[in-house]
Amino acid sequence: MLRLGLGAVSGAALLILPFWIPSTWQNLLITTFYYAYLGQAWNILGGYAGQLSLGHAAFFAIGAYTSAVLASQYGLSPWLGMFVGAGLAALLSLGIGYLGFRFGLRGFYFILLTLAAAEICRLIALHLPILGGYTGLFINFTPNPWQFQFQGKIPYYFIALGFLCLACGIVWLVQRSKLGSYLVAIREDEDASEALGVNTFRYKMIAYALSAALTAPGGTFYAYFQFYLQPNTVLHINHSVDIMIRPIVGGMGTILGPVLGSFLLELLGEFSRTYFAAGVAGLNVVIYGVLLIIVVLFLPRGVYPTLVHWLRQRPGDSR
Amino acid sequence: MSLLTLAGVTKFFGGLRAVHRVSFQLSEGEMLGLIGPNGAGKTTLFHMISGFLRPDAGTVTYAGKPLVGLRPHDICQRGMVRTFQVARPFLRLSVLENVVVGALERVTHRREAVAIAGEVLELTGLAEKAGSMGQSLTLPDRKRLELARALATGPRVLLLDEVMAGLNPTETGRLIDLIRAVHGRGITVLLIEHVMKAVMALSQRVLVLNYGELIAEGPPAEVVRDRKVIEAYLGEDSAGPET
Repeated sequence: MLRLGLGAVSGAALLILPFWIPSTWQNLLITTFYYAYLGQAWNILGGYAGQLSLGHAAFFAIGAYTSAVLASQYGLSPWLGMFVGAGLAALLSLGIGYLGFRFGLRGFYFILLTLAAAEICRLIALHLPILGGYTGLFINFTPNPWQFQFQGKIPYYFIALGFLCLACGIVWLVQRSKLGSYLVAIREDEDASEALGVNTFRYKMIAYALSAALTAPGGTFYAYFQFYLQPNTVLHINHSVDIMIRPIVGGMGTILGPVLGSFLLELLGEFSRTYFAAGVAGLNVVIYGVLLIIVVLFLPRGVYPTLVHWLRQRPGDSR
Repeated sequence: MSLLTLAGVTKFFGGLRAVHRVSFQLSEGEMLGLIGPNGAGKTTLFHMISGFLRPDAGTVTYAGKPLVGLRPHDICQRGMVRTFQVARPFLRLSVLENVVVGALERVTHRREAVAIAGEVLELTGLAEKAGSMGQSLTLPDRKRLELARALATGPRVLLLDEVMAGLNPTETGRLIDLIRAVHGRGITVLLIEHVMKAVMALSQRVLVLNYGELIAEGPPAEVVRDRKVIEAYLGEDSAGPET
């Protein structure tokens, strides 16, 4: 009951909030939702199935470039282009997944494979003229909603929020299904899962494809929010880290983990920028890093599971 | 009628001959014990039957079909399920959830799987611990959970790898009763066991493996008197081993 009420109040607040806050805060929230969305997509593979990917920037970039190029070259609306991007991202993930899972790469070796795949994509993008190469790809602004282009921040705010809600809904469904149970079992012990009849190869492939397909529309959103794509930004390892760090901090394998993690990191980043950016160059990044280390060190399972554990142990609260 | 047939099964690890030309048959409804000293190749043999290792030579036939080349989950889906010597519960999942994973092998919907898991937990005496995390279980409970998960898949053949190891005599007695009950439900059992009390109590027939080769086979009472078995495994003093 309390949870329901809390959910309703925060839901209503999120719906009216953008009309009352300055544009910088709108930006902050859009970024928060958007990274929470990407984190949630990553969470399916990394958090639930336990296969850590350090190459999700590749799927993100496929979503961004596919929709942008289809729109500029063929006039296809990014609203449709994002589905093409999602399909292509899923195809790439199945290729990488086949290599990795067929040959039994686990742990660090799988991480290295995903990283290498993303790096290859970055190098290809840098040398493809149609993607703008080193100069990058500029998207002309024509305020046309069908072209995913809007005046002001508020439409982006609601699209990002909608994306996030959709991703959370999908993960909620996964969690309640056979797929979810199997993914978690694979994360806990792959051999034991196999022995119990789980086709671990197949389920890891499903998780990877779903995760990649969900990541791609995040790229489409980015493309039409920034209007500029450059391989050394969108396909850089830093970007893959940005995607995975939120669920890791917030709590992998939980629905609220990526959301909470995204809010915390965005606030942390904003805080260190505001108070430490002036003066010594780069000090804000150092502070951000230190705070991140503290979180990871003291809350190794993530903030959300720790919070739940804490609340359950409160006196007077059974369970 | 033979349900599981091994013929000339051989496995090398580099120069080491772990299992050499092992052949035997397991009949439907039988309870067969597999004993032998440490390193005799028992677990390697299990790995080959359950699809975790591929034999270098020989054939494994189950219900009239060859098994070599199939992956463990295929074999589980065909009705033969194994447990692990070192219990491997899903540590961060509840006991119920551990068993649900097994039950999902038979049904698609979680609701049905939870119902099956509830019954299996009742049978294996773990019902009260359904909400506990895998990592919080004691060793005897982990062994039970290992068995419960395997049972939840609805097996025709159960391959038990040292489920008694590390249990005290009382716990061993309880687990023997449980395995008898499982066998009573018509499930065929092949068990690797060091605890002779359990082997004697449970097996209708015993195979003895030494240095990768079968050296004896027969009813438990005869096998323990076999000269070769005493020399290789049981030791001179053990007319009726009790450990």
